[in-house]
Amino acid sequence: MKVLVAVKRVVDYNVKVRAKADGTDVDLNNVKMSINPFCEIAVEEAVRLKEAGVATEVIAVSVGEKSCQEQIRTALALGADRGIQVETDGKVEPLVIAKLLKAVVDKEQPQLVILGKQSIDGDNNQTGQMLGALANMGQGTFASEIAVEGDKVNVIREIDGGLQTVSLSLPAIVTTDLRLNEPRYASLPNIMKAKKKQLDVYTPDDLGVAVTSHITQIKVEAPAERKAGITVKDVEELVDKLKNEAKIIS
Amino acid sequence: MSLDFDSARMANPNLREEHHEWRRQLRKFIDTEIMPYAEDWDEACHIPIELWPKAAAVGLLGLGYPEEFGGVREGIDSWHMWIANEELARIGVGGIPASLMVHGIGLPPVINWGSQALKEMVAPPVLSGAKHIALGITEPGGGSDVAQLATTAVRDGDHYIVNGSKTYITGGMRANWVSTAVRTGGEGAKGVSMLLIPTDAEGFSRTQLDKKQGWWASDTATLYFDNVRVPVENLIGEENQGFLVIMTNFNGERMGMAVSMEASGRVCLEEAAEWARERKTFGKRLADHQVIRHKIVQMKQKLNATQAYIRMCFESLEAGNANPGDIALLKVQASETMEFCAREAMQILGGIGYMRGSRVERIYREVRVNAIGGGSEEIMRDLAARQYGL
Ligand SMILES: Cc1cc2nc3c(=O)[nH]c(=O)nc-3n(C[C@H](O)[C@H](O)[C@H](O)COP(=O)(O)OP(=O)(O)OC[C@H]3O[C@@H](n4cnc5c(N)ncnc54)[C@H](O)[C@@H]3O)c2cc1C
Ligand SMILES: Cc1cc2nc3c(=O)[nH]c(=O)nc-3n(C[C@H](O)[C@H](O)[C@H](O)COP(=O)(O)OP(=O)(O)OC[C@H]3O[C@@H](n4cnc5c(N)ncnc54)[C@H](O)[C@@H]3O)c2cc1C
Repeated sequence: MKVLVAVKRVVDYNVKVRAKADGTDVDLNNVKMSINPFCEIAVEEAVRLKEAGVATEVIAVSVGEKSCQEQIRTALALGADRGIQVETDGKVEPLVIAKLLKAVVDKEQPQLVILGKQSIDGDNNQTGQMLGALANMGQGTFASEIAVEGDKVNVIREIDGGLQTVSLSLPAIVTTDLRLNEPRYASLPNIMKAKKKQLDVYTPDDLGVAVTSHITQIKVEAPAERKAGITVKDVEELVDKLKNEAKIIS
Repeated sequence: MSLDFDSARMANPNLREEHHEWRRQLRKFIDTEIMPYAEDWDEACHIPIELWPKAAAVGLLGLGYPEEFGGVREGIDSWHMWIANEELARIGVGGIPASLMVHGIGLPPVINWGSQALKEMVAPPVLSGAKHIALGITEPGGGSDVAQLATTAVRDGDHYIVNGSKTYITGGMRANWVSTAVRTGGEGAKGVSMLLIPTDAEGFSRTQLDKKQGWWASDTATLYFDNVRVPVENLIGEENQGFLVIMTNFNGERMGMAVSMEASGRVCLEEAAEWARERKTFGKRLADHQVIRHKIVQMKQKLNATQAYIRMCFESLEAGNANPGDIALLKVQASETMEFCAREAMQILGGIGYMRGSRVERIYREVRVNAIGGGSEEIMRDLAARQYGL
């Protein structure tokens, strides 16, 4: 079984992002970039399926500028077999990414596509769902457990009220939640081997997809700074303030 | 924050993406498997033995060693080594890398000078973390003057009979083998050989030196040899050529120590700068008192110089034209920088710095072992003076 995993290059989760002075976007100058944490979980899950003998090949795909090859190499070091980069320029919207991924799905015919539930830059939480619709595949989003059984995949989903189990016919789409697994660290030998693994590059033209834009970003600004707190004398004063000033209890 | 551990590292144009990836993955390993426990291990003077196989799995133990023995050498260069030593120093518990990576001084004699049979016996289990090796040069009678060592190995048929003792041996309590400097010939450097001594041999015994100023996590031992019979096949290199083996070992050790000293100094900078930004005295931040600002940037200045010097030495090692005098003085540059940074950071921390439980307080206690071990500052200066033909 072939598994396709999507990985995205994003600002590292440790970095405190800042808006550019002119408010046009987030300042990415000299900022540490990493693989999106949810995508890393997706790679780990695919590699585990391969180690368990369920998957035969794991392909990591990323849509982005040339620099996103670094994140594909990370996926290869973690255990993916080969990589595909769809080379784009500048910002690409979830719908276009989904269309590009759909084209890769058509080419590679994977039985399972695993994506992060969202990426920590735009936090859109759309790409997996859109891909499901475009590719006409069943989807199990926010997965906290995956089990492939014959031509089905059972996915335990994290939903507001608790857990929900869905059974999907393969091929299918899964998006990962935080508790699906804990990604490993790549060993030095695997980092060195990853350099030699195959990495194909396509353009949107190669895949017959037009990169269009439907969203205009108007302004990016930092959230208002939190005001300094105060110290209250005793519980009575606290309760009084909560009731009469903050008006959050009655 | 611009004076944190990473920001205070100047850019190195030699680094490629795979180096950055190695740092990322190694840091993740260290932050998960070592950082949360490091202080407890130091206080307990003990590192769990399971850490070695884990460090092997991530590629740390095998770094730079041949693939045929389970290492990874192809494509590996000085920059991978720099990153490894730097990240290990970032833990701020010097006893951990000292002990975990002690095969870095014990194994190269075997790899570079030992017979194929010796390599096959020792290297794979050491690199997989299943067994351990140490380096035994220093004796109770002296460490700096290696040529005067007094432990003897006398040939008896197809064995050597070893008598004497070694002291301050890192990893000595745990070691299955010790690459040991012994006297097989006459006086001076020309009578010294290197011999691989298994610690399960009859007549071998050891005691732990457990009250040290620093490096508590590391097991340091005195070793005793009482008529220990060692097969002649365990000779590392040729008989009476041991001095050469010892000397060729030193460049790598000194580079590793220099890297780790600079990085330890950088940890001090990071902690001091953070504290100086938070702490207020006389109505302003410590960082706003000129005396303190100057201390901090002076730390940075010395760290910058040391980083540039390290890079220059690695570049010359990569190019194959390193000057041992330059490397000896780099070790001095690094220990003086570490000493300065540890002192100033302790001073900036004030009373809290004197309390146990911070990286700065620990590093302060680890300065001297770095300034003395692996060739003391005085011996390094002497060596350099000779190299420069003074
Ligand atoms: C924690 C720890 C771990 C160690 N691990 C190991 C290990 O794994 N293996 C190992 O073999 N050794 C190890 N050592 C030993 C270390 O290498 C020696 O301590 C060092 O070489 C100095 O030797 P010494 O202690 O005998 O001091 P000495 O040689 O007695 O020197 C004492 C002082 O005199 C100075 N001095 C000596 N000769 C001269 C001279 N000609 N001119 C000017 N000054 C001079 C020295 O610089 C030093 O300051 C370790 C030491 C420590 C503290
Ligand atoms: C083991 C121990 C025992 C002690 N015993 C006692 C005791 O019995 N009783 C007691 O009252 N206290 C005691 N102390 C506390 C000690 O007196 C304080 O640690 C000391 O006064 C420094 O104060 P601090 O730690 O708050 O550092 P800070 O006042 O925060 O100073 C931190 C650093 O900033 C520097 N600094 C501060 N202001 C300026 C400035 N304007 N310009 C330039 N540099 C500045 C300081 O010199 C210091 O290096 C003890 C401390 C220790 C470690």
